[in-house]
Amino acid sequence: MLGYAGKFLEVDLSSGNVKEVRFSEKILRQYMGGRALAVKILWDRLGKRWENIDPLGPENLLLLLTGPLTGFAPGGRLCASGKSPQSNGIVGSTVAGEFPIELRCAGYDGLIFTGKAERPVYLFIKDSDVEIKDASHVWGKDAKETLRVLVKEGRSELESRYKGKGLWKEPAAVYIGPAGESRSRIAAVTAKWAHAAGYGGYGGVMGSKNLKAVLAKGTGPLPNVADMKRVEDIIDLILRKDFKSTTWRRWGTGAAGYDVGARVSSEPVRNWQEEWHDEKTFGVNEFEKFWVKKYWGDFGCPTTCLKLAVVREGPLKGAITDNPDYENQAYLGPNLGIFKAEENIYLTALIDDLGLCGIQAGNVLGFAAELYQRGILTKKDLGGVEPKWGDVQAFAALIKMIAERRGIGDVLAEGTHRAALMISKTKRVDVTPYVITAKGIGIGAHGIRSGEDYPALESYPCSVQGGDHTSTAFLPLDHENSELRMVLYDSGVFCWFNFFNEEARDSLWDLIEAVTGWKIGVEEWLNVTARRVLHIQRAVLLLGGPDLKWTPETHDDIPARWYQPLGEGPYKGKAVDRSKIQEARKEYYEAIGWDENGIPKSEELKRLGLDDVDKRVKKLRELE
Amino acid sequence: MSEVEHVWIARDYVRCSGCRRCEIVCSLSHEGKIWPEASRVRVFMLVPGIEVPHLCTQCHDYPCVDACPVDAMSVSKETEAVLVDKEKCIACGKCIDACPGKVPFIHPIENYAVICDLCGGEPKCVKACTEGGWNALQTLKREETHSFKLYAKRPEELTRDVIVQLYGDEWKEAV
Repeated sequence: MLGYAGKFLEVDLSSGNVKEVRFSEKILRQYMGGRALAVKILWDRLGKRWENIDPLGPENLLLLLTGPLTGFAPGGRLCASGKSPQSNGIVGSTVAGEFPIELRCAGYDGLIFTGKAERPVYLFIKDSDVEIKDASHVWGKDAKETLRVLVKEGRSELESRYKGKGLWKEPAAVYIGPAGESRSRIAAVTAKWAHAAGYGGYGGVMGSKNLKAVLAKGTGPLPNVADMKRVEDIIDLILRKDFKSTTWRRWGTGAAGYDVGARVSSEPVRNWQEEWHDEKTFGVNEFEKFWVKKYWGDFGCPTTCLKLAVVREGPLKGAITDNPDYENQAYLGPNLGIFKAEENIYLTALIDDLGLCGIQAGNVLGFAAELYQRGILTKKDLGGVEPKWGDVQAFAALIKMIAERRGIGDVLAEGTHRAALMISKTKRVDVTPYVITAKGIGIGAHGIRSGEDYPALESYPCSVQGGDHTSTAFLPLDHENSELRMVLYDSGVFCWFNFFNEEARDSLWDLIEAVTGWKIGVEEWLNVTARRVLHIQRAVLLLGGPDLKWTPETHDDIPARWYQPLGEGPYKGKAVDRSKIQEARKEYYEAIGWDENGIPKSEELKRLGLDDVDKRVKKLRELE
Repeated sequence: MSEVEHVWIARDYVRCSGCRRCEIVCSLSHEGKIWPEASRVRVFMLVPGIEVPHLCTQCHDYPCVDACPVDAMSVSKETEAVLVDKEKCIACGKCIDACPGKVPFIHPIENYAVICDLCGGEPKCVKACTEGGWNALQTLKREETHSFKLYAKRPEELTRDVIVQLYGDEWKEAV
């Protein structure tokens, strides 16, 4: 099959059995790879008992999948998935790096993990030689130490395996930090110190399986394609467009930490009590002082939007991370009342090291700090920590407690939505008004109250990935940021950021054909391929369980706080009108093929050959 | 020296973005495929953020050529690059042992030593790096006064050099 290595590895961590799995061309033509294929695999294997599957139990699957365009479309990524311990649905969560390239060069398009290892292990893939190895010596270690030890081990093993052939490059790795090990619902699957598949909580799933890391070395080429010359020409076109993308190349998303606050007024400030700040100390020019590399990127990327930041002196000395990017800037900056570049770099490096998602961690920290501000959580509740806005050391202490599930950290490690339910119960006060999540997933750092940022009214309420700011719902359905289009990037699997240019974006259909030989046009993608994926994701999201379920009437909504007016800044007084959300929601249901209660329609599911999904959601229709 | 202006590929590791576009264009040109481990320039990343493009620097004394027991290696008159005769090469690895930087390697599936041929004088990796504005790789005129051999180092040594510069002294022992 063109564009595919053709094989997937299924690793049963309970028994230690490893086998090769293949999917038919028909299935791959329909579900491509990454997020879409994850949805297919999860539905087929877990769909019948979805409500009873504990995302952190051995019955869940952990999927690490590439797609046919991984390595060809500039900016290759890996998609992590499974039943999400955040939403109880499915999230396609992607992470950059060379791991997916090494995996494909080793001959595999993806990995399916089942069961749970008895002791901490890691998987080492050396071309066709696959081995489950002991990881007890790196269990408990942070990202930097884990990677140092495993890369060293991996290299010496490669050296003896390929003796006399010279040096191979180091194996690539994905791994979890201590937060994943403690099965935190807000832990990420991470790579290269500062890269994370954050949304979904798959670091916790990986930890629940006692899987510390996966290393891969592939000495072969990327898979054969239909027309290599054409692939090269399309890559050239995309590169030419992206080289002109001066803003992303120059600053990455790191100029937004000031800009989205000061100008756009949609940045979380003190747990979204405000969305505006004009703190020039948080300007990207302040961050630049810490950069030691101005362009940092991953396999095949023309944009290289990352920048390496290092704190070289002072009390926070030793922190190393990328820029940070806007999301980490906002959530571990203004959202915590922090407006100093080096403090933000320090906290970002800390969550990297511990394997937390910066968005989810920043979301729950802001929530905890607001409860402290309101006197609901006391110093005693917080184990002696006093998270006053802007107190970097207090937040660092809480981050460590979360990663270790120590004291209040055990509650906060459940993520904001679940933590709020627990705290409301123990404190006998309703703390849900201070929660900024959608379907259990902390919302990305782009508010909608000012009306100036990119998300629309329907974006968060109707997304099948909840608060994920990269996969948001949009009308019309062919909108350039439509969730149907996002399924392509997550299933391809490659980086959205190299396709902001229209010509580059349009070239993707040609690239799919040049790689796989399949003619999948934009129409087919929007009406059939991606539609199937969203419907299944919607179905499992509503089936939910075992601990939480979502009802469209209540949960296809924005956070309560966003109905209150902005208190400061150029958009002071602006709020979201409840009736507008209801209207947008209704329009979206209709356009996408869901009934008035938000459940995928029978005829729509049958049109797409999803009769089994139709049968399963009948139950939901009867509840209405 | 011949009359033609010879070039070599100078490298500035601190500027390497890790985009590996050099590996992509090199392997496409030499193998017709995207094949990172068969690329004549390979970006090692022993520590994240410390990316070191590893490739032949054409030492004056060409220890690899001297070490070849079967005369499979020669120096191109046109470019002064090391050329490998695939038919003659027995993949014994003596050139690898002789190289102070352990730059050559045996092709992943074929039986010969792989080494940069400077693309006949216009290296594609340099073009890709220049077009992207990274300028980690640059072609410079090859002059007698340059000690190219200084660049023939193992990835570990190069990493140590760069890591101290970027992350500080405390990282010296990391590799």
